[in-house]
Amino acid sequence: MPETSGNTAPSGASIRLENLTKVYPGSTVPAVENVDMEVQAGEIVVFVGPSGCGKSTTLKMINRLIEPSSGRIRIGDEDVTDIDPVGLRRKVGYAIQASGLFPHMTVAQNIALVPKMIGWPKAKIKNRVEEMLDLVGLDPAEFHGRYPRQLSGGQQQRVGVARALAADPPVLLMDEPFGAVDPITRDHLQDELIRLQHELHKTICFVTHDFDEAIKIGDRIAVLRERSHIAQFDTPEAILTNPADDFVSGFVGAGAALKRLNLTRVRDVGVVDFLTATIDDPLESIFDLLRSGAHNELLLLDRNRRPYKWLRRGDLSRAKGTLARAGAPVQHTVTRDATLRDALEAVLTDSSGRVAVTGRRGEYIGVVDMETLMNNVQEMLEEDRLEALEHQHQLDDQRARQTRQEQEGLGGPAASEGGPA
Amino acid sequence: MSFWEYVSSRHDQLLTDTYQHASAVFQCMVIATLLGVLIGVVTYRSEWAGSLATTTTATILTIPSLALIGLLIPIVGLGVAPTVIALTLYGLLPVVRNAIVGLRGVDPALVDAAKGIGMSRTARLLRVELPLAWPPILTGIRVATQMLMGIAAIAAFASGPGLGNEIFRGIASLGSANALNQVLAGTLGIAVLALLFDAAYVLIGRLTISRGIRA
Repeated sequence: MPETSGNTAPSGASIRLENLTKVYPGSTVPAVENVDMEVQAGEIVVFVGPSGCGKSTTLKMINRLIEPSSGRIRIGDEDVTDIDPVGLRRKVGYAIQASGLFPHMTVAQNIALVPKMIGWPKAKIKNRVEEMLDLVGLDPAEFHGRYPRQLSGGQQQRVGVARALAADPPVLLMDEPFGAVDPITRDHLQDELIRLQHELHKTICFVTHDFDEAIKIGDRIAVLRERSHIAQFDTPEAILTNPADDFVSGFVGAGAALKRLNLTRVRDVGVVDFLTATIDDPLESIFDLLRSGAHNELLLLDRNRRPYKWLRRGDLSRAKGTLARAGAPVQHTVTRDATLRDALEAVLTDSSGRVAVTGRRGEYIGVVDMETLMNNVQEMLEEDRLEALEHQHQLDDQRARQTRQEQEGLGGPAASEGGPA
Repeated sequence: MSFWEYVSSRHDQLLTDTYQHASAVFQCMVIATLLGVLIGVVTYRSEWAGSLATTTTATILTIPSLALIGLLIPIVGLGVAPTVIALTLYGLLPVVRNAIVGLRGVDPALVDAAKGIGMSRTARLLRVELPLAWPPILTGIRVATQMLMGIAAIAAFASGPGLGNEIFRGIASLGSANALNQVLAGTLGIAVLALLFDAAYVLIGRLTISRGIRA
């Protein structure tokens, strides 16, 4: 399944790494050797690999925090290998692990740093700070004047991303940005990043050692082995269904089918409407709805149209006429950007057998149920299988052709055709 | 004559001495701070330069103050000059050492982040490293000031300004009616000044250390 292409033009710039090599002084073995890579404008490429494989070094060579020993770096049409690194870095967003916020500056001051350095007028900076905070889902009025230590790890990381994006750089480098936060927060931050990218279309290079994270957020994944050699550079789907070699399949690990669930988002499967009522509706009308509906259950929304409770037929009669005690509170909701894995998790844990899908402000959009999930997963796996088969045939074809060419003139037996008839 | 009678009868002289004492310490501290932070900034990146700076300033501190001032008289003469030079030199060590420790203690990830978002070396130093190293530097300045308060008294030996003059006069005329009062007035004056300066530093800390890193 190809990734959903953005409907707006990408605001990012392409990145080309040509024969990039880094040899640290006093070492004979290069830390990074001959990396050749092209990152297209507006895509997220994830560098993933074991610790010490040079993925971080490769990333830091893009904004020349580490100067390459040889090779060229191009961003857009510009060769940036020899330009002033300070100027370069102001045009390339940079977010690191544990946020890297300056503790002695407020959230607003941190975000304003780069715009200030490149000389934006004060009023513009002020507006931009508010805009960025809003973009990363923090209330500007509340967080503006706080210091980093007054924020949770996840909030710090959001501000770190806001700071990296403040001057609207075409390229964003992220060095294990979510490595230091707890798994739940990390999940949220990943979802946020995906949502952000839907709006912004930056070119993002993202380093992680977590393959699941790579699958979740990458448009393409570069699996790196030692010295940053590219073992495979392809879409997550292709890497999961058709790993290039043992190293990659070792890295993919077990449970490829389950991981496949991370690749599809709720927005890609059918979100269906469900019977709803709001908490302010008169009891009788809710009663009527339940009796007449196709399901014996409905979703009660609160005043902001956010999912509140699952209400069954029996609940109402037992609750003796008040809604306060009736029904089961909604435990989980997912956004449209959530992966099918999250959705499945939520469906499995919620007693109702379905999960409510919510929008940006938590308002109800629809539901996803077990049946939809099952059907989609089966379809998806079948599609993948066919694709892999075709890929295999193409490879066989190619190999056969090669063999034939090598043997040409020798009069050897023709290689058997591996392709489809 | 009781101590209080002595103080009230000589209060003009005492106030002048106190003012001069405070002013000498304050001015020398300003110079020592500027110099000390500068030395720290220049040396903290290199292992050996850092230890050289710390060792040198520590060595200066081991010279007895009376001897240092005595040695300075033939070179720069009597009065203010030897006082200022001696006090500044003594004030250096705590500032230099804390500046180096403070600057080296800045989280490398933050320096990396500062570089990564495109701060020049100067901007990094002025906007990130020094503000983060400021609390320990201020502590150094505070310690140095307390030290200088006592050492400044010795400056009277070289005809320098300050409350040391009271103490020296008293010691010189031991046995006379006001000898003890003079020594006492000088000593107490220095103690009170030291407390006032310390209070001022607490205030300065409040005003200059960002709320984000205040303990």
